Amino acid sequence: MKRRDFLKSTAVFVSGAAVSLSALELIDPQELLAANPELRWGFLVNTHNCVGCGFCVKACKTENDIPMNANVTRTWVERYVITKDGEVVMDTPKGALNGFTNKQLDQNKSGMRDIPDADVAQAFFVPKLCNHCDTPACVQVCPVGATYQTKDGAVLVDRKWCIGCGYCIMGCPYGVRFFHPEEHVADKCTFCYHRISNGGDTACAQACPFDARQIGNLRDPNDPVAKAVMNQRVGVLRDEYGTKPQVFYLGLSKEVR
Amino acid sequence: MVEQVAQMVVHGEAWTLKDLFVLPNEYVYWSIQIVMYPYMTGLVAGAFVLSSLYHVFGVEKLKEIARFALVFSFALLPVAMMPLMLHLMQPLRGINVLMTPHFTSAISAFGIVFMTYACIVAAEIWFVYREFIVDSVHRLSAKTDRSAYESVLLLVYKVISLGAMDTSKEALVSDHKAVKFLAGLGIPVACFLHGYAGFIFGSVKANALWMTPLMPVIFICSAVVSGIALCIVSYYIFMEVRKWAAKRGKNVLLPDGLAHGSAAVDYEHLRSVQEHEVKMTSKYLLIFMTLALTLEVLDMIFRGYTAVKSWDILRDVLFEHDFTKIFIMQYGIGNVLPFIMLLLPGVTVRRAALASVMVLFGVFMMRWNVVIGGQAFSLTFNGFMHYHLPIIPHDLETFKEGFFGAMLVISTPFVLFYFLNMIFPAFMVDKEESHH
Repeated sequence: MKRRDFLKSTAVFVSGAAVSLSALELIDPQELLAANPELRWGFLVNTHNCVGCGFCVKACKTENDIPMNANVTRTWVERYVITKDGEVVMDTPKGALNGFTNKQLDQNKSGMRDIPDADVAQAFFVPKLCNHCDTPACVQVCPVGATYQTKDGAVLVDRKWCIGCGYCIMGCPYGVRFFHPEEHVADKCTFCYHRISNGGDTACAQACPFDARQIGNLRDPNDPVAKAVMNQRVGVLRDEYGTKPQVFYLGLSKEVR
Repeated sequence: MVEQVAQMVVHGEAWTLKDLFVLPNEYVYWSIQIVMYPYMTGLVAGAFVLSSLYHVFGVEKLKEIARFALVFSFALLPVAMMPLMLHLMQPLRGINVLMTPHFTSAISAFGIVFMTYACIVAAEIWFVYREFIVDSVHRLSAKTDRSAYESVLLLVYKVISLGAMDTSKEALVSDHKAVKFLAGLGIPVACFLHGYAGFIFGSVKANALWMTPLMPVIFICSAVVSGIALCIVSYYIFMEVRKWAAKRGKNVLLPDGLAHGSAAVDYEHLRSVQEHEVKMTSKYLLIFMTLALTLEVLDMIFRGYTAVKSWDILRDVLFEHDFTKIFIMQYGIGNVLPFIMLLLPGVTVRRAALASVMVLFGVFMMRWNVVIGGQAFSLTFNGFMHYHLPIIPHDLETFKEGFFGAMLVISTPFVLFYFLNMIFPAFMVDKEESHH
């Protein structure tokens, strides 16, 4: 092959390849599926209603195939006991998978902690899940783009592309991420994206007997979650990290981090 | 209702012991291999900087160790990637970082920075050894009774000569120019390679211990320290081995002698070279140690003085849980003691080498205290996680991320160096000098 011919066919090949690559841009699946400016998923947790039964945790594990016997979970419930001396003691045995069946608090290596009823100033439960942040730290740090944010605000993980480096787990200020014990990739709450995208409810919200959990569309002024966020005094977790979390809490106490 | 089924061990659970209130998904996810990663990259970068001191700044006194440092840095290079591969949950997808780099992530540039650096080191070695490669091709081709081993060697030299057989004076002068340029270019790239490893940690805003803009600078300084220390130690050990072998004619331990004839290796010469180089290099070690220590202490003082919310738990970790690891092992054994040993008058080769071993240990402990220490407390600041390094592996995970996985990473560069030394004799002395 002459040099001129070589250069010619190279130029043709490169421009041909460039054209076909640019066609991919036209059919970006992410935009096709969720190009909806009218929708931004948000979550409301009413801590006043939570009794720590753990039904949400069980429902989540069942729905999302997280092994019951593995000590990781997409959602969990924390128990806070504040004594009259002002001491704060917390626990979450197995993420409250089986609820709180014991008055003693599980302090891991330090054993079970007994606090007499008479010493308790207040006690409450706080459910936790992924905050599906507006500026998620996990998406920022993923080296391969396997963790991404959909146009309607959900933060998801591509199990086929995740390399399992754990940087997102380190980057999340809320500790909602973990390695799936069977898939061996990063995993986290998806707001049950497969359900809510088809008009359903999240597994945890559906399982909650006391309406402590609610998913909704923050862009819809008539949505109960959007209304609560707009009209009531809600708090978010650890906003100092600048992640703009989208799970809102009614009755959030300063002890909760 | 409580399920009575066998527990499934999740990643991290095998070596994490939780205390007080820790979130259910929190484990020490980044374990020994992530300690090894900055340690090994640090050694690569440090060894290269040491070799550049001679090539760029013309520090003649470091001439012999510079060549060794360069080849050793090349042997260390592939090993910088090993701990990452051993750590990944999906090692076969590691290539995705190069295929679809997501540039908002600090890790995504790893492939690019690493490759750039590898090319620079490889090119520099090529220019440094080009004359030698050409000579070897001529010498081995001229030989009529080549052994199988020599034939392989000839083939290797023929390939890596890339057909550039010109050894005229002008060609050699331009070789020297290229070496100087590449070494100069290599310094910022080596610093970037490692400063960038520091950035990976320093930019994790969720981690109270890691997040500081000083992290990349601290990493660079400790990298240079550890690289120089490793060069001193291994130069000392290799020279001891060579002296021992040269006396007894054990050519197996002299891979270059094996390849190019043992005439090049002379006991008395080896001894004087070793003494001179080790002493000179330890002076540079002192300078960089001062710098590294200053920055690390500054960081700690600053945290204590500003005492933001996380200081309560950091204080517990620094002064109680990890006190021995930080103040005794890292600062005491790894910094203060070797510092005194190197400063006291009458430094001998042996003392310098011993001090360097302690420095190496200190830098390793620094990496440990950063990586493991950063995960020693819960995100809630209300609990702790203790890390237990798996020693006896009972599955692939506890092997990869355990004591033996770390040992594998540490020993690989020495194996690589043995073979590299056959092709690029790291202890080679220039022709004109050997006439003296």
